[in-house]
Amino acid sequence: MTKNEQKPEKGLLISPIENGTVIDHINAGEALKVLRILGVTGFTKEALSIATNVRSNLSLKKKDIVKISDRELSKEEVNRIALISPNATINIIRDYKVVEKVGVEVPKVLVGVVKCPNPGCITNSDEPIETKFEVVNGTLHCVYCDNIITSDIADYII
Amino acid sequence: MHHIISIKDFGRDEIDALLKKAHNIQSMGSYKRTLTGKLVALLFFEPSTRTRMSFASALSRLGGDAITVDSIEGSSISKGETLADTVRVVSSYVDAIVLRHPKEGAARLASEFSSVPVINAGDGAGQHPSQTLLDLYTIKENMPLDNIDVGLLGDLRYGRTAHSLSYALSNYDVRLHTIAPKGLEIPQWLSKELSERGMKIIEHHSVEDAIKDLDVLYATRIQRERFPDSASYSRIAHSYRITPKTLDGVRENLILLHPLPRAGEIDPRVDSLPYAKYFRQAENGIPVRMAMLEEVML
Ligand SMILES: [Zn+2]
Repeated sequence: MTKNEQKPEKGLLISPIENGTVIDHINAGEALKVLRILGVTGFTKEALSIATNVRSNLSLKKKDIVKISDRELSKEEVNRIALISPNATINIIRDYKVVEKVGVEVPKVLVGVVKCPNPGCITNSDEPIETKFEVVNGTLHCVYCDNIITSDIADYII
Repeated sequence: MHHIISIKDFGRDEIDALLKKAHNIQSMGSYKRTLTGKLVALLFFEPSTRTRMSFASALSRLGGDAITVDSIEGSSISKGETLADTVRVVSSYVDAIVLRHPKEGAARLASEFSSVPVINAGDGAGQHPSQTLLDLYTIKENMPLDNIDVGLLGDLRYGRTAHSLSYALSNYDVRLHTIAPKGLEIPQWLSKELSERGMKIIEHHSVEDAIKDLDVLYATRIQRERFPDSASYSRIAHSYRITPKTLDGVRENLILLHPLPRAGEIDPRVDSLPYAKYFRQAENGIPVRMAMLEEVML
């Protein structure tokens, strides 16, 4: 990596935010999925910066970064990210300073995050409930129909 | 409030307690009318005459009354009302709901919206705890539930009775022998879960391979629609058929179970042999369902 390659990135990507949340060390290419998990879309109000395939300073591996201005994500919200990016870190920023920096951990129960792949599941009909999955050893168990999602979890994210 | 939704919600002690309750009810001879004055809604969103009748009969023997809803057509339900709404309303009329529904997880949902206990009488391809409890009850009537060899025969991939029975048996010291046609083997996630619970699983490819090692043979239906054509169905069905000859030289205490109705898995000539317990098994549905109704309402 030469200095020239690094420079424009720096100005563009690492521009600090005043208040909000920075999600760092997202697996390269997963940033858009992270936004989907967090329920952030083009129609929500947050000011967003997304950087994908950024070279990490620490290793040669690439990563994605998401910055969300003026919104502090709860631990519960960010823990969902662990499903697809277990190494992600969350930085809460107030007045340009990191006031809290935590890793993500896989939650025990996911409510309304993942769609049940079983077409016969009651959660896939028009009932006033949210999906509910228990997380057991990295697999997701539907609390309603007992169906199990073992891989490609991101495909089922609502 | 106590619901009966899935056999997975039951630990060994709770299963044993329910089986004991059923045994006490059955051995009394005449029934105590413990549920006099209680009203139960039998909400059947898909037809299952046998299950509905056995719940109605169990309830009436305990002195309770049933409101049956099994004609969904023309009711508000067919006009697109959600199950959640139906259950919310119906539970205000009765003391318990027995629910049969084509969607998996329907009973769990109902329990979240009901103000009275819900008993799952089968939800789609999902749970059917009363069947599993009466299966266990019938085994226990003949032998202890520990240190036995149980064979499951038939469609182990889609067969829900086989799934929940095997799960329930994993509470006990049981060696599970699986005997299924190609493509209908027990799903990997289930055998993994059972092994993690300490169950030993032995795979077989024919009844003959396994039968001499068994204390219980539990046969289930092999459905025609799982096969591409009727020729391959009849070839498979024939090779998984139990005849008097199949039972030559088996353990003396072997019992043969089937959740009925059967579709040719067991030759009627077997019915008169001492191994045949499937009609007794059906009969046991009554005390077991009586125990379940008492369990949630008393
Ligand atoms: Zn489900």
